[in-house]
Amino acid sequence: MSSHVLRFTTAGNVDDGKSTLIGRLLVETEGAFVDQIEGARRENERRGGKGIDFSLLTDGLKAEREQGITIDVAYRYFATPKRKFIIADAPGHEQYTRNLVTSASNADLAVILVDARNGIMTQSRRHAFIAHLLGIRYFIIAINKMDLVGYRQERYEAIRKDFVEFINKLGGAESVCIPISALEGDFVTEPSTRMSWYTGPKLLEILESVTVDEQLDKGAFRFPIQLVSRPPSSAVPDMPDFRGYMGRISAGTVKVGDRVLILPKAKESTVTGILTQDGPLQEAFARQSVTIMLADDIDISRGDLLASPTTPPKTTAQFKATLCWMNEHKLRLNQRYVVRLNTQSTRAVVNEIDFLLDVNTLERKSPVSEMQTNDIGQVRIKTLQPIVWDPYSVNRQTGGFIIVDEANDTVAAGMILGE
Amino acid sequence: MTRDWTHLRELESESIYILREVVAQFRNPVLLYSIGKDSSVLVHLARKAFYPGPLPFPFLHVDTGYKFPEMLKFREEFTKEIGARLIVHRNEDAIASGAHPLKLGVARCCGALKTAALLSALEKYQFDAAIGGARREEERSRAKERVFSLRDSFGQWDPRRQRPELWSLYSGAIHEGESMRVFPLSNWTERDIWDYIVQENIKVVPLYYAKERLVVNRNGMLIPADDTVHLKQGEVPEKMWVRFRTLGCMPCTGAVASQATTLEQIAAEMVSAKISERSTRIIDHGANTMEDKKREGYF
Repeated sequence: MSSHVLRFTTAGNVDDGKSTLIGRLLVETEGAFVDQIEGARRENERRGGKGIDFSLLTDGLKAEREQGITIDVAYRYFATPKRKFIIADAPGHEQYTRNLVTSASNADLAVILVDARNGIMTQSRRHAFIAHLLGIRYFIIAINKMDLVGYRQERYEAIRKDFVEFINKLGGAESVCIPISALEGDFVTEPSTRMSWYTGPKLLEILESVTVDEQLDKGAFRFPIQLVSRPPSSAVPDMPDFRGYMGRISAGTVKVGDRVLILPKAKESTVTGILTQDGPLQEAFARQSVTIMLADDIDISRGDLLASPTTPPKTTAQFKATLCWMNEHKLRLNQRYVVRLNTQSTRAVVNEIDFLLDVNTLERKSPVSEMQTNDIGQVRIKTLQPIVWDPYSVNRQTGGFIIVDEANDTVAAGMILGE
Repeated sequence: MTRDWTHLRELESESIYILREVVAQFRNPVLLYSIGKDSSVLVHLARKAFYPGPLPFPFLHVDTGYKFPEMLKFREEFTKEIGARLIVHRNEDAIASGAHPLKLGVARCCGALKTAALLSALEKYQFDAAIGGARREEERSRAKERVFSLRDSFGQWDPRRQRPELWSLYSGAIHEGESMRVFPLSNWTERDIWDYIVQENIKVVPLYYAKERLVVNRNGMLIPADDTVHLKQGEVPEKMWVRFRTLGCMPCTGAVASQATTLEQIAAEMVSAKISERSTRIIDHGANTMEDKKREGYF
């Protein structure tokens, strides 16, 4: 079953036509309004251009438009009768790794743009690699600017073969290739008569039909507790001494009567009720925000996690992770930071860097003693209190964490590999 | 996954999660209640989020003195009905000195009656998080807004100081004096809002429904003309069937021609809407953009 919301990220080099593609998707699905399109046209003419520059629809901040660059992840929305789409659009240059990591963290699919004239550049591989690292397992390789290579099939086939081979090497990922011209509109939302050799679906059709997120539903039950609800009896006279645990199910399902494990306390109890304002439920699923009631009076607080007792997560005070450093201040070994993982929060230190990854060559560099902005590496982390986790490859919500420094800045994103 | 899981359920669940994060992470949060459709949805979601308990934060309405009488009536009745604690804050000095967009210009008028009033209310009540109904789809400077948006001790927004937001990890860590603006409706579009209002049968201010009203056509915008003090010299009001897509201050909110008198008809109108909703707000026009206003502390 395909999801009703598809979150995807778009990656490409600076001049691959990414903004043009997004602008066209928005305009042709009516995700952009006439006055916004008209504004983009006027602005383009003021700068001496002609017609609509689709990229002006998507460049958000005045500071960016003046400099002709984009500096941050921008979110765009459009819908068709089949699906709602959320695009996390990562800019293609400075701060690139940091932005792509952020935009990929919630995405199920990546659209990677390649300029047909240039073929696969180092950056294209880097984009795919980082998206894969963040757990994206579905790639659309859009070979763009086909109009500038005479819509020739040989050019397309050469790039396609190389890129599909590269994606296959990353492991566990599916990919599909499509020749387009974002500028002319070939195979974006409309068919094209200029590439009769391509018989596959249009880009929008792929986005509408792709199945991406079954992992959450099939996974073992995980319920990070956000809040304990203990309203005063005067506010809920029909439910005296009410006590419920509020959260959003991050994987699996839970039924009334199920045994659940409470971590890190390692106690068990039975689910006696699943509550929502729309009425009680017998069963709840991944992505649902609910309030769960338990049979036993156990001291449970924010940061605790309810889990399936047959397939429990790990509870440890140290783990191995892939880390993406995002801050201008370098990572310092054995410096105190705060690790936040779903609703858990604990003091922690990074006590070892196993190696840094060169995201262009995929070579490992070691020994190293520091990490700088946009560095990616494998590290060992020690926490003050034990934390509850799954490997990131199993569950992004219970395996992905951030590191916060003393200045309260979010300085790194991490993905747990194992113990 | 449940068979009746839809994109609206997904958005609802995400927003409930965000609202709960605010209450878990902040000492003294407040919900900025603007009386409009987005506020109505926000309140509906907050009630779901904390059920069966009461709402764990008060509402703050920044009243410019130029709100439609229908809005104030709705505010009083609705907050009473659901038992919400309502704080109304006004910049009395500016109102007493006769601040008006035709006199001060729109930017200065908004600066005094909205931005300054909001910042002084946050200061007065020591709120450390303010929950608002802004959506990323509304306006292009909002497309990059975080769900948890950091403000410095002057209430100002610096795009370069915003933190990366990954997965569903929203960091509410702040220093003394700083505060957070939180946007649980970030991923909703105007269409989603109306589809959800229909699905949940949420009450909204009657101004959203079409009826025959007195308006003047000012530079292509239909400005309500019930009260002639907001008119420029030579403007002649005419009767038209209109409704409001967004609700702000009377002198600065344009109506749109419409015959939609039911929620279903409004939702259907959204499907074919060609013009963005912010086009009906004078504040978004002119040299002083939304981006500039956000930097100053506007919502």
